[in-house]
Amino acid sequence: MSQLAEELKTEIIKALNLEGVSPADIDNDAPLFGEGLGLDSIDALELIVLLDKNYGIKIDSAADGKAVFHSVSSMVAYIESKK
Amino acid sequence: MLEKNRITSYCRIKNHLVHLNGKLAFSAVNANFTTFSKEAYRHLGLNYLKFFKMDNLSKLAFLGAEFIFQDEKLIDNYAPEEIAVCFCSSASSLDTDRKHADSIRDRANYFPSPSVFVYTLPNIMLGEICIRNNFKGENACFIQEVFESEFSSNLVASWMDETKCKGCLLGYIDFEFEKEDALLCWIEKSENTQFPELTNENYKNLYLNN
Repeated sequence: MSQLAEELKTEIIKALNLEGVSPADIDNDAPLFGEGLGLDSIDALELIVLLDKNYGIKIDSAADGKAVFHSVSSMVAYIESKK
Repeated sequence: MLEKNRITSYCRIKNHLVHLNGKLAFSAVNANFTTFSKEAYRHLGLNYLKFFKMDNLSKLAFLGAEFIFQDEKLIDNYAPEEIAVCFCSSASSLDTDRKHADSIRDRANYFPSPSVFVYTLPNIMLGEICIRNNFKGENACFIQEVFESEFSSNLVASWMDETKCKGCLLGYIDFEFEKEDALLCWIEKSENTQFPELTNENYKNLYLNN
């Protein structure tokens, strides 16, 4: 989990152009939206693309997306569940 | 009554030089636009991370507005609904359009980026400025073949004279092939004759002579 989390954080920073943010700044369990990194709806779409492009995983429903993109940990858990 | 529509502040950005009201305010002439814009952001002491997600056209317009509105007094006296924005552009969003086109060229590796696609609308640059400054008045974005002063200066004058608009950010914002060309003017009613009137000639001269 740890290695995948670190890899994912690096990918998120790159995909979302998070200037000045390093992987160490992102708490695995902190909410990605609303607080934490303060991501917006366009960022959510980028995360959907990231999962599809880098891991071949498609999000099937909006309800799934909300749970999957809650935090880095939830994203990691979802990726591992699809392996 | 001397109160007229006047250009009470303006910012010219070209060749990685920023002139504010005719005086050099910032430069990074040996940089590319990415570095220039990042250094200008830091020069202004901004803490607005959304800036780094913007396309180059929006960054250019955003920086011009930020240089002008460093003087917060300029907009303090107006309600959000009284502040308008009118921009023109020649290349429009072509810089981003090309990036988007490149990203969808390979059908076997087809992952268009939503955050690139959203900037294929040139009027997004107005939205970025309106969100940042809470402007809620008229706003419009027009495409011109080249800088042309008469249309937009007349339009803004009519907004100022015939609607509730009391302040307007008028500008020409252009970015293509790593070259920026921007003039932003803050227009408001003023009796102060040291500020040039908003006329076709004065607006054109600010563009040509700075």
